Amino acid sequence: MIEVKNLSKHYGDKIAVNDISFTANDGEILGFLGPNGAGKSTTMNMLTGYISSTDGQALINGIDILENPMKAKKEIGYLPELPPLYLDMTVKEYLCFICDLKKCKLPRNTHLADICKLVKIENVYNRIIKNLSKGYRQRVGLAQALVGNPKVLILDEPTVGLDPNQIIEIRSLIKKLGKSHTVILSSHILSEVQAVCDRIIVINQGSIVANDTEENLSKSLSQEHKLVAQIEGPTDDIIKTVSTIRGVKTIEKSKNLSDSLCEYLIETDEKTDVRRELFNRIAARNWYLLGLKSSELSLEDIFLKLTIGENVNINKKSKGGN
Amino acid sequence: MGAIFRRELLAYFTTPIGYIFLALFYAGAGLFFNMTALSSGSTDMAYIFTLLIYVLLVVIPILTMRTLSEEKNQKTDQCLLTAPVSLGGLVMGKFLAAFVIFLLAVSITVVYAVVVSAFAAPDWTVVIGNILGFMLLGSAFISIGIFVSSLTENQIVSAIISFAAMLLCYLLSAIAQLIPVEWISKVISNLSFVDRYTGFTYGLFDLSNVLFFISATAVFLYLTVRVLEKRRWS
Repeated sequence: MIEVKNLSKHYGDKIAVNDISFTANDGEILGFLGPNGAGKSTTMNMLTGYISSTDGQALINGIDILENPMKAKKEIGYLPELPPLYLDMTVKEYLCFICDLKKCKLPRNTHLADICKLVKIENVYNRIIKNLSKGYRQRVGLAQALVGNPKVLILDEPTVGLDPNQIIEIRSLIKKLGKSHTVILSSHILSEVQAVCDRIIVINQGSIVANDTEENLSKSLSQEHKLVAQIEGPTDDIIKTVSTIRGVKTIEKSKNLSDSLCEYLIETDEKTDVRRELFNRIAARNWYLLGLKSSELSLEDIFLKLTIGENVNINKKSKGGN
Repeated sequence: MGAIFRRELLAYFTTPIGYIFLALFYAGAGLFFNMTALSSGSTDMAYIFTLLIYVLLVVIPILTMRTLSEEKNQKTDQCLLTAPVSLGGLVMGKFLAAFVIFLLAVSITVVYAVVVSAFAAPDWTVVIGNILGFMLLGSAFISIGIFVSSLTENQIVSAIISFAAMLLCYLLSAIAQLIPVEWISKVISNLSFVDRYTGFTYGLFDLSNVLFFISATAVFLYLTVRVLEKRRWS
């Protein structure tokens, strides 16, 4: 478990991280999302004790990282942005060194074999790290973080430089690890956070702008309820008919799909569910309702909205169940 | 500390640094041994050690230039500083590894002494005093080199500045003579590495000189720890 209380980091006048607080529970995968330079890596460096905080407190399983660093650091496996690899060593030498460094008491050979199997680096085990590709180096970095079975894993952009297959493997590995560990993962790849994380923290210019599950974020940010409907029929009549339904605020044509088939954007008030009535009216006029979905915000939209305050066009980026 | 010591020691021989250091030292020492002892048929080894200071000034920066600067440059310090290792242990591990390589270099002088003894018995107290003094001087220089390498990310800058710093230490007694104010001159000449080292080359074992070099080593290692600490807090 990680508790962060009012953590700040100043570099001279520049405020890198400004008064952030959050908690990551056991068995939870927390996604750290933000544009470049938002303070993700700085926060992670503070959590792992690499740099100190200007203000505030970070507790790793209840141990303060600044007050009792030796004990707190034992609980953490850290994969920094750039895997900290000694290029002149072989993977085996390097992992043995990490075992020594972390004073890992587990039976070395079986422990390292397990880790190598987990991150799939058995076939490069005796090679010099200098000669490995970016993807393999990243995995050796991940292996390094797993040495000693730390309870807390802090992973800074763990899938950078991997090919799509490896990304999927590493993501499922992280998900698996997330069941027994506390995982904090940073990324600027939205789909990754979406696929892996239980909870998302969006950070921008050093401050937390959102901290919730993806569904809740999406709900809280899309104030208006909007529906996207594909209806076949005469456009003007459809607009006239639909706008008389109780609860419909506005309707406008957003797209021409074919001669008579168009996509409409319907804005409704929050309380009324207009979908049944909409179906009945259209069926009664012998038009065809070919598609109907509510347009919730996707993570991309949330991200844009939170980090640049941009008004997102929900027509184009719509998502959600029919 | 043990883990870092072992890795460092290994790194000296997986990179060319260890070989370059030892080769240069052995070449310099061999040259001086030939000049002073072999060709002139003398058993006086003190002169070799006086000359070896010059070799030391050149090779110690090579030995220490990458210790901490490369860690910072390659971001591997992130691994060391987030591991449950104290900063003191980290610096000490680095120092001991460099010192062991240095001892490997110095051990060649024992071979020379044995060679000389085959012809005529050398003055063993002088030889032992010299080796001991040389080890102490080396440890002080190594700690200066490690301190300098903690200040920069660039190995070349680190090597050049360590060379300049050691040269300054070497020249302190000469500088002291140039200063007209007596007490300043006295303070500086008391800090002179050469004056204190020269005592050993005569075979004189002065405890204050021993303590001087041990303290110099400790001070610079402590300063290195402070630099690492400060970097976290900046």
